[in-house]
Amino acid sequence: MGVKFFLIFLSALTTQNIVFAYFLGICPYLGVSRKLDTALGMGMAVTFVMTLTALITWPIFYKILQPHDLVYLQIPVFILVIASLVQFLEMYFRKALPHLYTALGIYLPLITTNCAILGVALFMILKKFGYILSVVYAFSTGLGFAMALLIMAGIREELEMAPLPESLKGAPITLIIAGLLALAFMGFSGLVKG
Amino acid sequence: MRGTQEFIKGLWRENPVLRLLLGMCPTLAVTGYLANGIAMGLAVIFVLVCSSTVVSIFRRAIPSQVRIPTFIVIIATFVVVVDYFLRANFPALSKKLGPYVPLIVVNCIILGRAEAFASKRGVFLSFLDALGMGIGFTLTLVILSSVREVLGFGTLLGHPLTGKWFTPWVVMALPPGAFITLGVILSLANVIQKKIGGRGGS
Repeated sequence: MGVKFFLIFLSALTTQNIVFAYFLGICPYLGVSRKLDTALGMGMAVTFVMTLTALITWPIFYKILQPHDLVYLQIPVFILVIASLVQFLEMYFRKALPHLYTALGIYLPLITTNCAILGVALFMILKKFGYILSVVYAFSTGLGFAMALLIMAGIREELEMAPLPESLKGAPITLIIAGLLALAFMGFSGLVKG
Repeated sequence: MRGTQEFIKGLWRENPVLRLLLGMCPTLAVTGYLANGIAMGLAVIFVLVCSSTVVSIFRRAIPSQVRIPTFIVIIATFVVVVDYFLRANFPALSKKLGPYVPLIVVNCIILGRAEAFASKRGVFLSFLDALGMGIGFTLTLVILSSVREVLGFGTLLGHPLTGKWFTPWVVMALPPGAFITLGVILSLANVIQKKIGGRGGS
């Protein structure tokens, strides 16, 4: 059992990385990967919300939607849960944990439109994970996203100095670098199976 | 005249993928084959046009404090329609697109058009705007997936295009190929835009 958890954790970080293998969360990936500290804040916020989303949506799907034949409501329910979760978190943080709010606050509203969050909720149902496994999967996927974001931010900070052709600046070069990183991450594919 | 302009701007000047960098996730994810790209494009056109029209019809009735959740519910409804339609009529295609059909909900193009355009303008203009944006998105998907399918498999829409001498570039079919091809296409779009801009047109 412990081995299975570890494999899920490892593959979510490397071969099944949400950015490089599933192309989810690309918008924030291009948007906030300019500086290391903003990348760190965004990565932490995404990991946190992703784990909470899995904690909440799993019981909703298996205890409420499925027994009552409401599976067709999955998409609207999930997206509403995520949107209101983000809203509540923001209000709660501002009131109770001002320190955490200043660290994560500005990234929270952006997360509602991060398709990686909804993606993870859909994937854990699709892959038929159990409850604890889903939460582990969501947490490690969030970490994988944070890692991808940090690597890209590190590269882009160096890139500021590079003499790039005008037409490649910004998104195009970021995408090409992401492609090379994805290629590098495929090197892990012998490490974890499945 | 006004309507034509709203329609045409989505094709190039405000093309969602090439110029505004919206909706990147499905653009990258489903473009391994041309057929998948076209299917995703059509699905997005349907959701975009329907949700923009509905949002525009109810734009005076939706209180501005809760407009985003309202838009999302409207969009989600049409996404469920598309998802179940594909599952019933094209099960193989639906399986290939997998979770990327439900993920149209969080495609920022659709929420973006609802918020920036449909919630402020009339029904007819919103319809044209959504149609133009949807077609611009689909055209980008078609270009990207044609390049990837030809180079990655040597086929186009499943028909073999190249002879035996051609060794498919496996990397094009894999995730890195998607990132790199889109990066190159974006930079070409920047070059073209600069050429057009230099001639004084905008």
